[in-house]
Amino acid sequence: MPVDILMPALSPTMEEGTLSKWIKNEGDTVKSGDVIAEIETDKATMEVEAVDEGVIGKIVVPAGSEGVKVNSVIAVLLQDGESADAMSAPKAADKPEAAAPKVEEAEKPTEQGSASAPVPAAPKTEVAADPDVPEGTEMVSMTVREALRDAMAEEMRRDGDVFIMGEEVAEYQGAYKITQGLLQEFGDKRVIDTPITEHGFTGIGVGAAMSGLKPIVEFMTFNFAMQAIDHIVNSAAKTLYMSGGQMGAPIVFRGPSGAAARVGAQHSQCYAAWYSHIPGLKVVMPYTAADAKGLLKAAIRDPNPVIFLENEILYGHSFEVPKLDDFVLPIGKARIHRQGKDVTLVSFGIGMTYAVKAVAELEKQGIDVELIDLRTIRPMDLPTVIESVKKTGRLVTVEEGFPQSSVGDYIANRIQREAFDYLDAPVVTIAGKDVPMPYAANLEKLALPNVGEVVEAVKAVCYK
Amino acid sequence: MAPRKTASTSSRKTTAKPARNDSIGSNSLTFTKEEELHAYREMLMIRRFEEKAGQLYGMGVIGGFCHLYIGQEAVVVGMQMAQKDGDQVITSYRDHGHMIALGMSARGVMAELTGRRGGLSKGKGGSMHMFSKEKGFYGGHGIVGGQVSLGTGLAFANKYRGNDQVSVTYFGDGAANQGQVYESFNMAALWKLPVVYIIENNRYAMGTSTVRSTAQSNFSKRGEGFGIPGVQVDGMDVRAVKAAADEAIAHCRAGKGPYILEMLTYRYRGHSMSDPAKYRSKDEVQKMRSEHDPLEQVKARLLEQGWASEDDLKQIDKDVRDIVADSAEFAQNDAEPDVSELYTDILL
Repeated sequence: MPVDILMPALSPTMEEGTLSKWIKNEGDTVKSGDVIAEIETDKATMEVEAVDEGVIGKIVVPAGSEGVKVNSVIAVLLQDGESADAMSAPKAADKPEAAAPKVEEAEKPTEQGSASAPVPAAPKTEVAADPDVPEGTEMVSMTVREALRDAMAEEMRRDGDVFIMGEEVAEYQGAYKITQGLLQEFGDKRVIDTPITEHGFTGIGVGAAMSGLKPIVEFMTFNFAMQAIDHIVNSAAKTLYMSGGQMGAPIVFRGPSGAAARVGAQHSQCYAAWYSHIPGLKVVMPYTAADAKGLLKAAIRDPNPVIFLENEILYGHSFEVPKLDDFVLPIGKARIHRQGKDVTLVSFGIGMTYAVKAVAELEKQGIDVELIDLRTIRPMDLPTVIESVKKTGRLVTVEEGFPQSSVGDYIANRIQREAFDYLDAPVVTIAGKDVPMPYAANLEKLALPNVGEVVEAVKAVCYK
Repeated sequence: MAPRKTASTSSRKTTAKPARNDSIGSNSLTFTKEEELHAYREMLMIRRFEEKAGQLYGMGVIGGFCHLYIGQEAVVVGMQMAQKDGDQVITSYRDHGHMIALGMSARGVMAELTGRRGGLSKGKGGSMHMFSKEKGFYGGHGIVGGQVSLGTGLAFANKYRGNDQVSVTYFGDGAANQGQVYESFNMAALWKLPVVYIIENNRYAMGTSTVRSTAQSNFSKRGEGFGIPGVQVDGMDVRAVKAAADEAIAHCRAGKGPYILEMLTYRYRGHSMSDPAKYRSKDEVQKMRSEHDPLEQVKARLLEQGWASEDDLKQIDKDVRDIVADSAEFAQNDAEPDVSELYTDILL
């Protein structure tokens, strides 16, 4: 039987990739372990090795093809003595048995039970006109990843005191390719690979900031920052107060936070609520590429320590970003993503992916949702939320973090104190489930919020 | 536990105890008259200040934790004599002596201890958290070992800026067992950062002696794995400290990377004011005080050399006492911070 060679998944979040190059051609003999092709993933260029031995009978996906779905057939391998005739010609694209688990993974952010949707596709969201972008500004489509990179590059060009340090930020070009090209442009004095030593290099970054430099400390994930949380909280956040205003730490701590896909309990945790607890920190968690860019630039310029929480899944999502020479957004200001009159839905970061889909579904059901993207968790733009609730009388919040002492819980508390008389229903907070993140695909899906929950919650507060 | 010190007050031999074959500090153990007098006055200032702080703590005027530096004065004074303007200093919570040695005002320090608005941190930092941008003092840190990474970061900034300043980073024998110390050593050596790590080995991490807390109690060797040179120094002899500091700081300024100085010293008081210090004998303390006291050593030399008379020394003591009394007076009468200060200095 000829063997199908499938497009491999080469990262936890990879849904598709570019087949950049075939190393072996039709008719070539391959042994297991031979490199047969190069694939460009959302993170890096990877070599694909043959698993089985045989002769390449047919190359199904030519070199240079973009958007090749994980698990689609890219070539057919003939085994001992088989001839090309053994290949049943057009069996390419759909291979449901093999593809099933991958499709499910890819579709994680979609509503439970709609497993039929084959192409999850990163939501290409239309951003409600940001009040801070002049009308008529040209927009360009860009991924969150590119937006973050551009933000850092622009700020590093602008200010020689800005530098970035972290694991694999320089020569490797970033574990998630966020720092791609920075080493080449700025050199190893300003783009610094650190050893794997979070506690130590975070302290070094804070010390450098106390003396007036403006470090960007990248954590490969915020899960690893747990080793460094002492310096973030005790050294960075409190020094300004403890010194009576004499010195603080102008520093940005950034990296992915929250669940990626199937990476288990120790790598899947949202830190929004954690850091939002700490006076002396600012906490930013953008959803769109435009916000990622404008807010990261603001964070780098901010004289305070800023926690900048990114998301691995969002890195590859594309959004419209204003083409401006210097696009800086205000920290501490929410964005009304969609105006509506029936109910207020508040979210941030990847939580917005559930919210956006729920809003579309609810629109079909005749419920007009006002969707607010907080963008900054601390200082929180409560006035925008309160104004919205005064208009709608109803509030639902969505986030991926754990439920107890969640960001939503805090918002609910403030709303019941400051807009109690305007509420027509109890506030409902949707969060991740109160469990460590499981690995199994089905359990992971259950542990995260889903669109169905959001839809149901909104209907519940509308008594529909 | 055998005494670790080799030098006595009468000894003229090398008091810097070399690790391996290094002989740091062995050549220049003589101070000029001016240096002896300076060291004496500075150390006396710290001692009298700390005695007063202890007294005010006992009266309930100073609250919280209060860690006194009495006994260790030669370390910070000797180091300070080797530094130059622009060098940074950072240390732990046992920080009063460092601030006095840096020339931060006695009133400012004492008023911070009493939590008044005239304190260096407006009364919001307390004994363990004081800073001075002007004097290059970066705290004052209450998390044991935290200042080691931060001090390494100060050195990183010096290298980044291409200046020749040195970060003088103090920590104790207790902090020396924290993981981040070695993370910092690794990066400091890797990047050749100008940082002098001063391990003030006063033998006790709170109540746990070095013998009970470490398998390698020669702390000067703690950087060996990273190729960081280190020496043990008689931290009770201000001349030995100064000599070792000269070499270490020159090493850093020359771009050769970090340096470790293990200061063999001793604190006379408990870990903090609330520590009864039952983990060591009174004899042990008394022996250190009578045989190795850093002030008595200088005093004896001053008299022996004829560089100062008993009357001269009394006059110095009076001057110092006046400054300390003034600071105590100020610190007790200054107003508490305005309540509006509760919400200031959180964010810029």
